[in-house]
Amino acid sequence: MIALWMYLLVAAALFCIGIYGVLSRRNAVSILMSIELMLNAVNINLVAFWRYLTPQNMGGQAFTAFVFVIAAAEAAVGLAIIISVYRNRKSVIVEDVNLLKW
Amino acid sequence: MNATEFNFLASLPSIAPEVGLTIMAMVVLFLDLYLPESQRRNIAYVAGAGLALLAITPLIPGWAPPADGNLLFWGGMVRHDVLSQIFKVMILLAGAITCFMSIDVKDIGRKGEFYLIIIISTLGACLLSAASDLIMVFLALETMTIPLYILATFKRDDSKSAESGMKYFLFGSFASAIMLFGLSLLYGFTGQTNLYLIAEYITSSQFIPNAIPVLGAMVLIVVGFGFKISAAPFHFWTPDVYEGAPTPVTAFVSVASKAASFALLVRFFIAVFPSALVIGDQHLQDFWVQLMAVLAVVSMVVGNVVALSQRNIKRLLAYSSIAQAGYTLIGVAAIQAQTLEGQTQAVASVGFYMFMYTFTNLLAFAVIILFTEATGSETIKDLAGLNRRSPWLALMLTIALLSLAGIPPAAGFFGKFFLFNAAVQANLTWLAIVGVLNSIVALYYYLVVIKVMYVDRSPDEDKPIPMSISYVWVLGVTALVVIVLGTVGAQPIFDWAMRSAGSLFS
Repeated sequence: MIALWMYLLVAAALFCIGIYGVLSRRNAVSILMSIELMLNAVNINLVAFWRYLTPQNMGGQAFTAFVFVIAAAEAAVGLAIIISVYRNRKSVIVEDVNLLKW
Repeated sequence: MNATEFNFLASLPSIAPEVGLTIMAMVVLFLDLYLPESQRRNIAYVAGAGLALLAITPLIPGWAPPADGNLLFWGGMVRHDVLSQIFKVMILLAGAITCFMSIDVKDIGRKGEFYLIIIISTLGACLLSAASDLIMVFLALETMTIPLYILATFKRDDSKSAESGMKYFLFGSFASAIMLFGLSLLYGFTGQTNLYLIAEYITSSQFIPNAIPVLGAMVLIVVGFGFKISAAPFHFWTPDVYEGAPTPVTAFVSVASKAASFALLVRFFIAVFPSALVIGDQHLQDFWVQLMAVLAVVSMVVGNVVALSQRNIKRLLAYSSIAQAGYTLIGVAAIQAQTLEGQTQAVASVGFYMFMYTFTNLLAFAVIILFTEATGSETIKDLAGLNRRSPWLALMLTIALLSLAGIPPAAGFFGKFFLFNAAVQANLTWLAIVGVLNSIVALYYYLVVIKVMYVDRSPDEDKPIPMSISYVWVLGVTALVVIVLGTVGAQPIFDWAMRSAGSLFS
């Protein structure tokens, strides 16, 4: 029998991998992918909590659906922004995008 | 949230401005399609006038929050109270003023989609100030922020604008993912998504009293809030976005998203972790109030000290805005006051400060837009001789900077006075003293700008700065509000803020 804590462990691991990716990756697209991993960790959390703790209350399910929608919108806007940066700078490596500092 | 039956018409006033904004968004999109090039300026007037008109809807007496105390509407998604009213009014006015001051900006002023995105972002900010459910909190937060990412990148051919948009997007979605993880944990611990039911569940006997996981979730949520209000140490995006984004967008980001996030911040923490909430023997309020006090001190010090060495006026205002977030957090920390009166005063001082900050910052940015459109420069040095070029502009920027510094008769004086007063009432005298010392540091860099405008000479002094009629109105109205709030208007607005704060505790 798979217990709740196993799901939470997977979610926490996925979340940490996401954070590590955001902090260590240099390519803006990889950073975006890492952020999507973090959002998926949230989804696992929400669905697991919903199924094991309050299956009669649909709040958790609805929350997950909205997280999906927002993640899609965020990815669409984010990729458009990254393309616009690429057109200007011919690079999506975050260290090369450094006009603005101090 | 009790199970009264759903009444569509009775629920409608709670989201009246949002419904209006949705209609306005469609109208603006339609105008953008059908207006010929020669009449496209009118899009800005329609958007601005529409937003200004919608700013009245929260004040219509018949649509006031119901007196029976049942304030949650739409299945508990939004809370229709005086706090959401006061913040909706300032957000809508900020949106309207932003539209009016974008008219003459190159590459932006005549594009319908710019106003469309401003309206959608305003919609998110309005919902955020009333959100009372974890789902709504996240949805409104992203409805407000995703359009802001687009707006920051709006000048597509300008590599600074694109870069600021990318930084805003990467930092912003990272912070909201962290906050969302905190929200999901909070949902998991309590099985509730409504903010007001979470606290109820924690105090009930079903909850296993273990404070550590709840504190962990709280810290994750504070990271998200810290990003949105640009408090240090989550401020790294602020100067880059403020400098790179088109100036009207900077003005909008600095007031609307900050005000809405502060509205949610006080509502969230008072609803979810109220002062009576004890887990084991741990008072949760002690913990988050200390967190806020630390954030306040760090933001004030980092903002003010780094601002001292800035050469770009937009960057200077970015660090000043970090410091202002720090001052406002003093008011949030003062919620630890023992009496209900003191707690109400603390929340009211936050509301008043955001109200006066909205108009002050818009005034400052309106002058900077006119200046940069005429000269193409954003450095403080180039402001030299502004008094001789355009005495009214110099006076307006002076009023704005004095208000940010907290000098009477501008509104900032009363804003800071109420904040520090609330801190002293809450036995946080040390925090008030840190705030006062920081205001003195801040006074220096504001005065340097004023000195450059009035004392320094420049070869361009005979070239006046052109100004169209809508800018005259924007400058006039915002400057008038700043002066009125600093003199006769302080008391009525603070009373309104007190009522709004009271509605949080009822």
